[in-house]
Amino acid sequence: MSSDNQILEDFTSSEYKYGFETLIENDSAPKGINEDIVRFISAKKEEPEWMLEWRLKAYRHWITLEEPEWANVHHPKIDFQDIIYYSAPKKKPELASLDEVDPDLLETFKKLGISLEEQKRLSGVAVDAVIDSVSVKTTFTKTLGKLGIIFCSFSEAVREHPELIKKYLGSVVPMTDNYYAALNSAVFSDGSFCYIPKGVRCPMELSTYFRINASGTGQFERTLIVAEDESYVSYLEGCTAPSRDENQLHAAVVEIYAEAKAEVKYSTVQNWYPGDKNGVGGVYNFVTKRGLCKGDYSKISWTQVETGSAITWKYPSCILKGDYSVGEFYSVAVTNNYQQADTGTKMIHLGKNTKSTIISKGISAGKSQNSYRGLVKIHKRAGNARNFSQCDSLLMGDTCGAHTFPYIEIDNSTAKVEHEATTSKIGEDQIFYCNQRGIDTENAIALIVNGYAKEVLNKLPMEFAVEAQKLLALTLEGSVG
Amino acid sequence: MLSIKNLHAEIEGQQILKGINLEVKAGEVHAIMGPNGSGKSTLASVLAGREEYEVTEGEVTFLGKDILDLAPEDRAHEGLFLAFQYPVEIPGVSSNNFLRTALNQTREYKGLEPLDAVNFLKLMKEKMALVEIDQKLINRSLNEGFSGGEKKRNEIFQMAVLEPKLSILDETDSGLDIDALRIVANGVNKLKSPDNATILVTHYQRLLDHIVPDFVHVLYNGQIVKSGDKSLALELEDKGYDWIKEEVDATIS
Repeated sequence: MSSDNQILEDFTSSEYKYGFETLIENDSAPKGINEDIVRFISAKKEEPEWMLEWRLKAYRHWITLEEPEWANVHHPKIDFQDIIYYSAPKKKPELASLDEVDPDLLETFKKLGISLEEQKRLSGVAVDAVIDSVSVKTTFTKTLGKLGIIFCSFSEAVREHPELIKKYLGSVVPMTDNYYAALNSAVFSDGSFCYIPKGVRCPMELSTYFRINASGTGQFERTLIVAEDESYVSYLEGCTAPSRDENQLHAAVVEIYAEAKAEVKYSTVQNWYPGDKNGVGGVYNFVTKRGLCKGDYSKISWTQVETGSAITWKYPSCILKGDYSVGEFYSVAVTNNYQQADTGTKMIHLGKNTKSTIISKGISAGKSQNSYRGLVKIHKRAGNARNFSQCDSLLMGDTCGAHTFPYIEIDNSTAKVEHEATTSKIGEDQIFYCNQRGIDTENAIALIVNGYAKEVLNKLPMEFAVEAQKLLALTLEGSVG
Repeated sequence: MLSIKNLHAEIEGQQILKGINLEVKAGEVHAIMGPNGSGKSTLASVLAGREEYEVTEGEVTFLGKDILDLAPEDRAHEGLFLAFQYPVEIPGVSSNNFLRTALNQTREYKGLEPLDAVNFLKLMKEKMALVEIDQKLINRSLNEGFSGGEKKRNEIFQMAVLEPKLSILDETDSGLDIDALRIVANGVNKLKSPDNATILVTHYQRLLDHIVPDFVHVLYNGQIVKSGDKSLALELEDKGYDWIKEEVDATIS
């Protein structure tokens, strides 16, 4: 038996493969946070006065808040004065084509297998490449523009579409929502803005790749997606980050606003640096993601594959306000070595006949801790609301942990809420069975894990699903044999 | 093809195999019978390379190679196949995906190019017809929710696809009704050739009505205590195992 444990241990102690650093000159703020830093960021981004005021208001609220401690994660206290809140690649003149993008930067994307040119040419995915807080290049803007779709960096949106930003910024995640959302609101560096006009079906997957790239840099992204009546958009977010010794803080906010009969699919593959196999370094990922199904028959769907970060604190949620609106959450969260993840969702049923589905698949290996935390709330006005939740945990070895914290609050007797949960272990029997057919242990684990996560992986757009499968195998890969 | 010499093996300090000797040549079918707890399944597991078992003495050569130092997957690559007594369920993984991974890793081991999707599906179709297995079963998650009979048929199907040199069928007849038994046996018979060999590990004679063995060995207390032809199996069916036990115990005392 002990030799099997050894296999699992070898297997789960692989090194992070994306550990490299691109040498791009930075233009950074000094460490720490105060009103001057907030002003510095706003000035750097040449923002209008109203935007600065909004940030300052958020900052003033943030300093009154306490860091939350309820999550099932443990880390040394974060020194918020020891973080750089703004870092941008050195300003270049306006770029007319990808050829003008910093070659080092393009090289970085290539190492990750994310070639903008490839993506542009082959897959028709419009990519808004965000590296260290500033959008480098937004592609396909013109094609989308013809349909009236706006897809641009957040800074550009603040300049070009102030009326939309003023209307929707903070409408789903108010600046006062929680500690990290308030911090983000004060110092957010950049992000993406997406607007789909009434009746328009976005013809391509919209995509953003995030990447932390400067030592000690905080990354505070802000994404806002607005889908008008009867529109549709599928949005992809993916990221990998280079190796780092000190912990980095990432506190993003994503807001989705869906009007009547609008549908938004938001898919994430998250692969921030998880720390080394001894638990040193890694990204702290404290994210607030929320969608508002404002209109009747609207639908918001979150799909996430979480493999990275030392600590993940993330609950993509849906507020089902419109009658007959639908919220979905499909998640695979993998933790290895000393990673900790506390993730899940909130489905808040306010409208009548609203429906939500939660499928959560946790995979824990090494000495990691993986928690599912989810809330299903049926408001008293929400007649005939329905929820189905399924939370599965898969354990590899016997030094990791899986936890499930489901909260269900029902104030309407017509509600139908189902909750299923399972915990299983990758069996030595399963691995041996694969071995006996000629499949080595590494491939066997990849096969078993991908099979386990299939329900969720199937929800991802095709090209993303392939990438996610590889990532799952890679995350759990080790030096077997 | 397979040569087992003085094989001793134990699990968690308990000795199960106590000096097995067996020679299997290409084209032969051997049946290994014996009462419960005699070490039949242990022998199958040790040959396949299950880690819990420790070989303490003896040697096993397969096609001229010492296989005891080979990893289980490499034994499989060399052409050794074990049909499991209790086939394992792997949720979310289709037989297609599973077998393609297995087949292509074996081809890689042999220095062959992986089989492309078209040729793989062609191979699957051909083998499905051969062992009379339903496409629906192949499309489902591997063994998940399969009946006992379906699991065993799926084992034989995998055997057909992987085309091993030596197949060890561990209690493949257990839990099968008479129709399923016939179908499974038909599959095994069809796959028989002068180039491959089969070891049937079984408790009962009835499988041997359908798959006729060239040799029958009785395993008792970790050793092969009696060998003969198919008539030995019939004798066992008739008289049970007690007379063999008595014979052996008498010799010892």
